[in-house]
Amino acid sequence: MKVSEFSGTGALIRLILRRDRLLLPIWIALPPLFVILVASAFVSLYPTAASQQTIAAQIVNGPGLVALLGPVSAPTVGALTAWRSSIFAAVIVAGANALTVIRHTRTDEETGRYELLGSGAVGRRAPLSASLVVTLGADLAIAALVTGGLVAFGLPVAGSVALGLSFAAIGWTFAAIAGVAAQLAESAGVARGIAGAIFVLFYVLRAAGDANEQSGQSWLSWLSPLGWMRLVKPFASERWGVFAIFLGAVIVLIAMAYTLSSRRDVGAGILTPRLGPARASPRLRSPLALAWRLHRLTLLAWAAMFAIYGVMVGYLAKTTADLLATNPQLANLFAHFGGASAYTDSLFTLSLTFLGWIAAAYAITATLRLQSEEVERRVDHVLATAVSRLRWATSDLALMVIGSAVVLAAFGLSAGLTYGLSTGNVGYELPRMLVATLAYLPAVWVVAGIAMALYGLVPRLSFVSWGVLGAFVLLELIGETLKVSQSILNLSPFNRVPAVLVSGVSVMPLVWLTILALVLTIVGLIGFQHRSIG
Amino acid sequence: MSVIHVENLTKSYGKTLALDKVDLEVEQGEVFGFIGPNGAGKTTTLRILLGLLHKNAGHVSVLGADPWRDAVALHRRLAYVPGDVSLWPNLSGGEVIDLLGRLRGGFDQSRRDELLERFKFDPTKPCRTYSTGNRQKVALIAAFISDVELFILDEPTLGLDPLMEAVFRDCIAEVRQAGKTVLLSSHILAEVEALCDRISIINEGTIVESGTLAELRHLTRISVSVETARPVTGLSELPGVHNVRVDGARAHFTVDAGAINRVMEHLTPFDALSLTSAPPTLEDLFLRHYELHTGDDAR
Ligand SMILES: Nc1ncnc2c1ncn2[C@@H]1O[C@H](COP(=O)(O)OP(=O)(O)OP(=O)(O)O)[C@@H](O)[C@H]1O
Ligand SMILES: [Mg+2]
Repeated sequence: MKVSEFSGTGALIRLILRRDRLLLPIWIALPPLFVILVASAFVSLYPTAASQQTIAAQIVNGPGLVALLGPVSAPTVGALTAWRSSIFAAVIVAGANALTVIRHTRTDEETGRYELLGSGAVGRRAPLSASLVVTLGADLAIAALVTGGLVAFGLPVAGSVALGLSFAAIGWTFAAIAGVAAQLAESAGVARGIAGAIFVLFYVLRAAGDANEQSGQSWLSWLSPLGWMRLVKPFASERWGVFAIFLGAVIVLIAMAYTLSSRRDVGAGILTPRLGPARASPRLRSPLALAWRLHRLTLLAWAAMFAIYGVMVGYLAKTTADLLATNPQLANLFAHFGGASAYTDSLFTLSLTFLGWIAAAYAITATLRLQSEEVERRVDHVLATAVSRLRWATSDLALMVIGSAVVLAAFGLSAGLTYGLSTGNVGYELPRMLVATLAYLPAVWVVAGIAMALYGLVPRLSFVSWGVLGAFVLLELIGETLKVSQSILNLSPFNRVPAVLVSGVSVMPLVWLTILALVLTIVGLIGFQHRSIG
Repeated sequence: MSVIHVENLTKSYGKTLALDKVDLEVEQGEVFGFIGPNGAGKTTTLRILLGLLHKNAGHVSVLGADPWRDAVALHRRLAYVPGDVSLWPNLSGGEVIDLLGRLRGGFDQSRRDELLERFKFDPTKPCRTYSTGNRQKVALIAAFISDVELFILDEPTLGLDPLMEAVFRDCIAEVRQAGKTVLLSSHILAEVEALCDRISIINEGTIVESGTLAELRHLTRISVSVETARPVTGLSELPGVHNVRVDGARAHFTVDAGAINRVMEHLTPFDALSLTSAPPTLEDLFLRHYELHTGDDAR
């Protein structure tokens, strides 16, 4: 490893800071903000030690919640806050780290921007180094803000430091994982896919380990960095040694990324793609066929992810039901909340909330492909042929509409089937779950409609649609615990989705959401038809 | 009938004025060159002709149609090669060629095979692995397989090696033979000289010169190199003579087209032994306009 291979890292760091000057502060600010909101919600909802004891016991005894979010390590506000915020913060921090690293390494290489830099005084390891320095630094800032915020809020210092550091540690881990993925794959999309799949794998391992802690399978949690976050036990006899595991993993991964980077050419990956067909299939003759050809694998991957999540939730619901059947005391406790079936239904409903957000994220990505086609100038080829702007845009939107239905249905089917088979009542559970899942479609389309409207009218601001989705998520997370006024909560389309399993189908909100989505999309399309391309 | 008619075309991006009252007239069956330095406004003009960009003012018609309103019908009749060819990384070159040909309304299979052969192009690789020149070939082949009336080519030889450039010139010659119209932008002057019937020079958004090559040559100077028995004097004082450099028996200078006769008379007493003169290349012409604009001309 020569020093010259790193030259230009400083300049690249400044370039990244400049390019991400809007995004970086947002994702740094989000976790601390969320943690403090959660902490204040717990304080206001459960002010006494006794009430904190009760809620902690309820959570620990419901294996569904334990699997989704992990167990609560102590009946205190600090531990409850750590429990509630860890997974969500992990999604944000890990996602932001991975996306940032890939964006400034593989994406730049893929688009040829790297070539511009590479020919200057920039060493071959500089882009990877610069993106790692920026993300690792941003993670430390998150840790500092989380710690500072919680200490200021009056929580114990040790726990606050541990929680903050656990956020940073998961961020580091995923920055390093993305660094490796960016070397392996030849396209940024595949690199993002690898990082995403690894996150899902870690989540499943942790969920399986945490849910089966009593039956001695908690070692599964030790295989997952998401498990390590909990095993640090912030606010409950912190185990600092776990950070050594994090550190070891990060060092190994970064070393791996550097080794891989020296084994390949610029622009190439380790996983080399196969040759393609010399002639296009006869079906490849329309913008819709093109969209399908380009994105079918991505759609398949999303659908598979949703299906796995469905199996997991269905299985958890079954475990919960079993536990309640064999444990009359617990059953009594749950009868208090509306009975065993009500408990599994609210578990499903909670999982669906998560799912709605993820499906909306899919819909935004699918919609904003229009923008990346425009930015990369590929749209010029298509629009210079006998394809109208309307036909081109609606083709991609059609794939988004179908795709979002497919991924949601994948969850509904697999969850309904798993749970139905386990209770021996598929005929009842499957349609119910499917309807409850698909009820999220109109809300998802509203989010996609917002993305389309922004893209059509002010393409530069398309990314704001992510901020809008983030705001909806935050509203729901806070609204759940904090008493936010209904009129503000109602701003989120997700808040209008009927909880089918709990209170049955109501059609009108779905119709209104669909109309809203349609109007937003049409506004976007009109804007798009009347503006310059590129 | 003119195939492309542009009058007073003005376009600005925010505060940058990219095109300022551009006029352009391309006739049926000719190969028209559109040249200018980087950032002159060539791509902007071509993208307005395709209806991809809004214009701020002026009149544009392509094949008798308004490119903004009648884009789809118009695009069936033309083929476009963008200046910066970026392709779908996961599609193979062959797939892109077929797709674009089909979207334009169909193409001839045997013509496709023939062009692949001539451009020595391997259609099975994923587009992300193609070099600049190979990406350019994809766009060129996709354009030339179509039986259209008009070709709009933005710097079409970018990245092609000399052999492939020759193949490209053959393609243009065939297209011209078939009575089709070509508008090509370039800063490769030799190419424009070799290919084009008429040219327009654009600089900083304004057309500075248009006409046939012959017409434009009249506007510029001939460079002369002469060997005389006795050293030449007094050349610099002659009107229309520039850049005089005398070294011993040899003198080099450039002369305005209208002043040649006067120079010959001036040289006679010095006993010219040999004289070579070169017609202005487009390079000279181009540089001269460029200099004129930036104000460091020797005149
Ligand atoms: N999208 C845009 N936004 C702002 N300014 C632009 C945009 N596109 C082009 N310009 C500006 O308009 C002017 C003309 O650009 P254009 O791309 O038409 O030049 P060109 O003649 O094609 O140059 P080149 O030979 O480098 O391709 C330039 O000053 C350029 O900076
Ligand atoms: Mg250009």
